[in-house]
Amino acid sequence: MSFLTDPINAIADWLESLLLSLGLTSQAVTILMTLLGAIVVGSFGLMLVIFLIWVERKVYARIQDRLGPNRVGPWGILQTFPDMIKIFTKEYITPIGADKVPYNLAPILSVSAVLLAWAVIPFASTVVGSDINVGVLYIVAVGAIGTLGIILAGWSSNNKYALLGAFRTVAQMVSYEVPMVLALLIPVLLARSMGVNSIVQSQQVWYILLAPIAAFFFFITSIAETGRAPFDLLEAESEIIAGYQTEYSGLKFGMFFVGEFLHAFTISALTVTLFLGGWRGPWSEQVPLLGTAYFFIKTFIVYFIVLWVRISLPRLRIDQMLNFNWKFLTPIALVMLMATAVLEKILSTWLPTLRLTDSGVILIRTITHLGLNVLVAAGVIYLLRSYTIRREKVGQPRPLAVAPEPPASVLE
Amino acid sequence: MQSDWLFIALFLLIVAAFPGVPILLAGILGPRRPNSIKNSVYECGIETVGNTWIQFRIQYYIFGLTFLVFDVELVFLFPWAVAFNSLSLFGVIAGILFILILFIELLAAWRKGVLEWV
Repeated sequence: MSFLTDPINAIADWLESLLLSLGLTSQAVTILMTLLGAIVVGSFGLMLVIFLIWVERKVYARIQDRLGPNRVGPWGILQTFPDMIKIFTKEYITPIGADKVPYNLAPILSVSAVLLAWAVIPFASTVVGSDINVGVLYIVAVGAIGTLGIILAGWSSNNKYALLGAFRTVAQMVSYEVPMVLALLIPVLLARSMGVNSIVQSQQVWYILLAPIAAFFFFITSIAETGRAPFDLLEAESEIIAGYQTEYSGLKFGMFFVGEFLHAFTISALTVTLFLGGWRGPWSEQVPLLGTAYFFIKTFIVYFIVLWVRISLPRLRIDQMLNFNWKFLTPIALVMLMATAVLEKILSTWLPTLRLTDSGVILIRTITHLGLNVLVAAGVIYLLRSYTIRREKVGQPRPLAVAPEPPASVLE
Repeated sequence: MQSDWLFIALFLLIVAAFPGVPILLAGILGPRRPNSIKNSVYECGIETVGNTWIQFRIQYYIFGLTFLVFDVELVFLFPWAVAFNSLSLFGVIAGILFILILFIELLAAWRKGVLEWV
């Protein structure tokens, strides 16, 4: 019975007892089992990429009214394997004057930073790589390493376009980390915990209902963190060749793409975990296998939205993108954090005095938080509207860019 | 608890090996015929001029600095959010004042024109 409801833990228990009966010490068994678990999680992530590349190409093709890969295997599902073999046999070309150590380190960093986040994502109530109590902080810390990899790639290539890509990374990915961390603070505040699994367990009501603004902001900023359209300024093909990855070839180039595809899926998984209830669903506590199914169904729905955004929207200009971050996302996220903290304090002192049932408490908490979010959103829309109307009354459209005054000698 | 951190430590090694080993293997298996034209820097087919690592626009540096200020201060808010239940009213107000200072800092930077892309 236990094998049917929770196969992963059943297999792990069986292996552990087998190893113990072979005469190993319990310490050695723990280390071996942890190592095995780490290998399983890591290789699962990389195996997933093979499938994700096919999904992404197929979804793109269908939205653009093309067929997409359709020759190798049923519906072209095996197309990735010949592509992999091809890229594996390509030559590495290192540009003259490249800084060798960071140049070779960068593709490894960009994959491993993404893969590292999978250590703390819970796939079911009992299946989680490592349930550390600082999970959210760990995700933020690990996410920053990926940015570092891209900066290293751009800096070490000895190519001016690659360097421009790295600079744009500093302006974009680094800036978007501020509202992302602010949005992450709100589920931490609501759950009173940084452990990812305990955040999932505390979501009797999905946090997207309690904090829709934070969920929306996290979704936008994490798309910006992946560096894909509409935020793909760091590898804008029409402007700076291929940005930071111009000088890479062969599998090193491929690794940047593995990292990018996996990152898109990882942000979907994180959005689901933190705001859409993770593995929660009917009977997911009793049957962990069902929880895993819920988790992946939700994640693929969010992943489809990520792809949809990428294919639908054009690239932003860098000043628009930075204005959007620093003058829209960051102030609103700060206001939301303060408002949520005040409301939580009021609720936590006032609700216990009412002697309500558990479901009553949850209902009041959800309604008040939702109301607060609607209020803040309405205020923001009012401010933006009045700003636009004022500009229309003045009748002067805001200049797109300030052109320098021509020298007086030219005018004469 | 200890085995959780052991998992992270082992995962760090494995995660570095998963992309690292294929890259090494491909380097051994793939052809290696470098020449000076192939290895030259690709800048749209035009011969590259001057040094790459030169002085760059101050703008990027300012954004980097602004980010640093925010990110360092945000880290302090995580323990505050976790310990929210055991905080007194004063603790909550102190935290909110801290966020308010961050907010004013942002407005000051905005007013100073730091956030303008020129």
